[in-house]
Amino acid sequence: MSTKVCLWTLDHPNPASLETYVANGGYSALKKILAEKTPAEQIIEQVKISALRGRGGAGFPTGLKWSFMPRSFPGDKYVVCNTDEGEPGTFKDRDIVQFNPHQLIEGMVIAGYTLGARAGYNYIHGEIFELYQSWEQALDEARAAGYLGKNICGSGWDFDIHAHHGYGAYICGEETALLESIEGKKGQPRFKPPFPASFGLYGKPTTINNTETLASIPWIVKHGGQRFLELGKPNNGGTKIFSVSGHVNQPGNYEVPLGTPFAELLEMAGGVRDGHRLKAVIPGGSSAPVLPAEIMMDCTLDFDAIAKAGSMLGSGAVIVMDETVCMVQALERLAYFYFEESCGQCTPCREGTGWMYRVVHRIEHGQGRPEDLDLLMSVGGNISGRTICALGDAAVGPVHSFIKHFRKEFEYHIENKRCMVGD
Amino acid sequence: MPHIEIDGSEIEVAPGATLMDAAAQAGIYIPHFCYHKKLSIAASCRMCLVEVEKAPKPLPACATPVTDGMKVWTRSERAVEAQKGVMEFLLINHPLDCPICDQGGECQLQDLAVGYGASNSRYAEPKRVVREKELGPLISTDMTRCIHCSRCVRFGQEIAGMMELGMPGRGEHTEVMPWLEHQVTSELSGNVIDLCPVGALTSKPFRYKARGWELSRRRTVSPHDGLGANMLVHVKDGRVYRAVPQDNEAVNECWLADRDRYSYEALYSEDRLTRPMVRDGDRWVEVDWGKALAQVAGALKMLRDTHGGDAIGVLASPHQTVEELHLLQKLARGLGSDNIDHRLNHSDFAADAGRAGAAWLGLPVAELSNLDRVLLVGATVRKDQPLAAQRLRQAVKAGAQLSIIHAADDDLLCKVAHKLVVKPSALVQALAQVARALQEAGLDVGAVAASIGGVAVTDAARAIAGSLRGGARKALLLGSLAQQHPRAAELHQLAWAIGQASGARVGFLSPAANSVGAQVLGVQPAGGGRNAGRMLAEPRKAYVLMGVEPELDAYDARQALEALRGAEFVVALTAFKGAAPDYAHVLLPIAPYTETAGSYVNMEGRLQAFHGAVKPLGETRPAWKVLRVLGNLLELPGFEFDSAEAVRAEALPEGEATVRARLDNAVEGVALAHPAPVEGLDRVGETPIYQLDPLVRRAPALQKTADAAAPEVWAHGELIARLGLEEGGQVRVTQGEGAAVLRLRRDDRLPVDAVRVAAGHPLTAGLGARLGTLSLERL
Ligand SMILES: Cc1cc2nc3c(=O)[nH]c(=O)nc-3n(C[C@H](O)[C@H](O)[C@H](O)COP(=O)(O)O)c2cc1C
Ligand code: SF4
Ligand code: SF4
Ligand code: FES
Repeated sequence: MSTKVCLWTLDHPNPASLETYVANGGYSALKKILAEKTPAEQIIEQVKISALRGRGGAGFPTGLKWSFMPRSFPGDKYVVCNTDEGEPGTFKDRDIVQFNPHQLIEGMVIAGYTLGARAGYNYIHGEIFELYQSWEQALDEARAAGYLGKNICGSGWDFDIHAHHGYGAYICGEETALLESIEGKKGQPRFKPPFPASFGLYGKPTTINNTETLASIPWIVKHGGQRFLELGKPNNGGTKIFSVSGHVNQPGNYEVPLGTPFAELLEMAGGVRDGHRLKAVIPGGSSAPVLPAEIMMDCTLDFDAIAKAGSMLGSGAVIVMDETVCMVQALERLAYFYFEESCGQCTPCREGTGWMYRVVHRIEHGQGRPEDLDLLMSVGGNISGRTICALGDAAVGPVHSFIKHFRKEFEYHIENKRCMVGD
Repeated sequence: MPHIEIDGSEIEVAPGATLMDAAAQAGIYIPHFCYHKKLSIAASCRMCLVEVEKAPKPLPACATPVTDGMKVWTRSERAVEAQKGVMEFLLINHPLDCPICDQGGECQLQDLAVGYGASNSRYAEPKRVVREKELGPLISTDMTRCIHCSRCVRFGQEIAGMMELGMPGRGEHTEVMPWLEHQVTSELSGNVIDLCPVGALTSKPFRYKARGWELSRRRTVSPHDGLGANMLVHVKDGRVYRAVPQDNEAVNECWLADRDRYSYEALYSEDRLTRPMVRDGDRWVEVDWGKALAQVAGALKMLRDTHGGDAIGVLASPHQTVEELHLLQKLARGLGSDNIDHRLNHSDFAADAGRAGAAWLGLPVAELSNLDRVLLVGATVRKDQPLAAQRLRQAVKAGAQLSIIHAADDDLLCKVAHKLVVKPSALVQALAQVARALQEAGLDVGAVAASIGGVAVTDAARAIAGSLRGGARKALLLGSLAQQHPRAAELHQLAWAIGQASGARVGFLSPAANSVGAQVLGVQPAGGGRNAGRMLAEPRKAYVLMGVEPELDAYDARQALEALRGAEFVVALTAFKGAAPDYAHVLLPIAPYTETAGSYVNMEGRLQAFHGAVKPLGETRPAWKVLRVLGNLLELPGFEFDSAEAVRAEALPEGEATVRARLDNAVEGVALAHPAPVEGLDRVGETPIYQLDPLVRRAPALQKTADAAAPEVWAHGELIARLGLEEGGQVRVTQGEGAAVLRLRRDDRLPVDAVRVAAGHPLTAGLGARLGTLSLERL
């Protein structure tokens, strides 16, 4: 069986318990660095070597992000974990919090130590409230066991973690909207620069990472960056959890090394549901451009390969669609999501997402016009790259890619006022 | 300093500047909506997208910092394409109802749509409609026009200090709205009308009254508080239709208080006096100017000849112009009377003997924003000087420590470092504590040293003193309550001592547009004459009133009314009838500030002149002309002027330099008495914001605001309980011989032994002294 970095506790009874975690070497990385007073630069160096890339969507190299943090800044600094997990198709972070909370705690504490932070926050999606509660329990356990809070592992160093639960707005997963939300304000992204590393939570230097990213840290510290890198492939270190959904026989989370061929993942998920053919895949969550089956079947699952194929690995949400899917209808759903979730502060996203949705909706309902497809491409072009946060681009990604790869279906819909697929 | 190239020209810009700043410096206009020089950067409208070398995408100029060597194009094909894209988005859901929009002709969206919009829309879907919001009597909404620039929201948070508008909702459902059913109550609320780049927020009183392009603009100066906000009145067919701010960074920046903006409505009040009138037994008859003036001259001459000049008392409003006040004091003195004053609401004039000059702010207005230590004494500054309060708020935001010694812990909408909240009669004692604390710390408090030795210092006073000892730019400012206080002279003396000891500048927050001018011009006794207090306490045979309503303005309104009613002759030079027919014998209609040339001296000593914006209404005449004729009829020398400018040249020969030479807040020789605070309940009787002067009292929209609500009795919850009274019930307020029945309300921000009952209002005019003692009983 291949190595799992994050979801290994599932192979044990009582996966979430402190006992299971500690019995299998948990918190040893933390103890070691505290005992040895490992210099922060050394830890950051290992994270750099590991080629760990952000699991929240953008794939930004974590070691590099950590090196931006002004560690010697005299005031407060924070570490924030992003468990907002709102991207349609993504359901991995909740499993980490549910089944391996202590590894995330250890990762956050190590991050706090490394980045000189005073406290950590975990922002948990509002619709998984039970996990907010079980997370609080895990924090209590860790505090009681001396891994968190005052005088951690007898080192004299204090660091605590607070839980914060959202209310379900997708935009609060965007890192600066998340910070606003923790501060008690309306969840709206901030303009960057300044970046959180210099002006973050409460205006203090802050590092924000995804749950899976932070949960990978103890493994890297324990085994060294090089071994993590070798789990995956160059520039794409480690394993990654893929949330496979849609038309497969066994949807679910699969943690596999980065660089695993898509075909292999599909097989692990039981293949396309019986009697059907693969039509298309969204490889990285709803914001990632869709790829047709032919392209996808030749792809390996890592940041670079998927980017080369014209999409994004994103959060690792693999949405599988078979030949029964009407691409116009699928796009209508996606367009509606972004229209509904735009925070509304920037003009192109606020106005453009509604415009795109309404046009796709019209096409789907038999009222398309020949010029609509060019209009959609043009409206999308006026949004992407011109907004405060990436939601604008995320809204355009599906529209542009669906039309690019499945234009014929859209044209058929417009011309015949009905669907080309199925009944 | 970074060098950049913008649209082909090379410029050097300040480090930290944005591309928007750089463009402004180069004289290049970049279209924008959410950006505003006084507000934080939202970077959300995206109208300001420009092309930057090496940047893969267009960047928002308002939020992009310059870096050395940057090359920027604001009008390149890529930049314009991006800007046009944004404009298209802004217009798709916009109602395009310009023909019925009050903003038409002065709308940023309309203007930019001409340059960046397409002539027909590619948007074929249904448009958004947004429900209107009720924001109160001053602001109209047409929310479907909102382009979500968030300026109005940021204004509330950042400038007004209260976030009364928010933007709940997401995406297209985002709407600007007040909290629940609340209306907008900030005393600066009207500024959102100017800030709103479209016609979503417009002036309610001005709604549908005129089109922007029909109006001509005339520069003028606000006649209300001592800040002297610069403004433009918009005029059509000889009538003022609205008032808007005129930028002046040194004074009002780009803001107006609501009082400045909406008081113009009073110019056309039913109560305007437009023809001279004389009393004929019990009747009032309209007469021509000649007859009215002859009667005034005759009566004054006769009384002077029989009783001497001292029989005549002259009371003037500090809202009158330099020219008017100068001629009035000249007339008084020509008649042999030194009984002249503009300080109707003062009660202690003891400092007059020892003051070195005219009381003024003590520093430039603009420096209020940059202070790092402030002590406000007896200042209801948000209501009395709303824009000065705004500047102090900016200072606090930038890190200043602001402390207060006051008779109420009112919300200043900013952080207050330390406070001493005591009843009015304990204010002197409170300020003495600060002086004593400085003395204990080894500082020299000068002449007051001997008289404060026994003062027990509280922790709060020590903290205030400590705060004043730190910082470099610091000020101690005396507000209206301190100026009207029965022991104002002692407060002044102590303030001066504290200033000398701590290095804080001592200043007065002038309550009226020309308070400083009135002092500089000698509109107060100069040779042993009676001040306002004595003129009313020791009734005169004749009174000359200019612009005052003593029954509202006076420190003791009851006493004032009695004195006037008992006089043999009262002439009122006034723009409004008001209650004058009750006690006057002749009413002379004089022009309000919009109908005369004139000037005001603001709280910092700035002389600001203006022309008449419109012709005087009816037979109204500018007061300086009326006084000129009166002077001539009385055969007084030196009343030959052919313009307001000529009067000003005589009044202030060196203009502003003459003013400045006479400003000095130093005082000496005031004895500190230290009586214990008065027993019983002290009245806190301030003039409410919309009762300040005859104009605001008659401005209908302002009178509908929450701030203009009828006076009530406010008391601390503990006091209400102790007296066995009922919150919300009616109580009888008794003050000496005066009484009023008012509703009792709770305000725990007051000291337990003080009761707030506003002065300057008809409902409380019968009560007497503003800061006297009173009693409450259940009805
Ligand atoms: C609209 C939007 C939604 C996002 N939602 C999430 C999310 O739910 N979880 C997450 O980890 N990152 C999310 N992100 C990405 C975060 O902004 C941020 O890049 C990430 O948390 C950084 O962590 P990483 O470097 O470990 O990936 C979102 C970004 C955008 C633009
Ligand atoms: S791109 Fe959309 S979601 Fe992001 S800040 Fe702008 S309006 Fe909000
Ligand atoms: S109401 Fe006006 S100022 Fe406020 S957000 Fe809308 S457009 Fe901007
Ligand atoms: S003016 Fe720059 S984004 Fe609005």
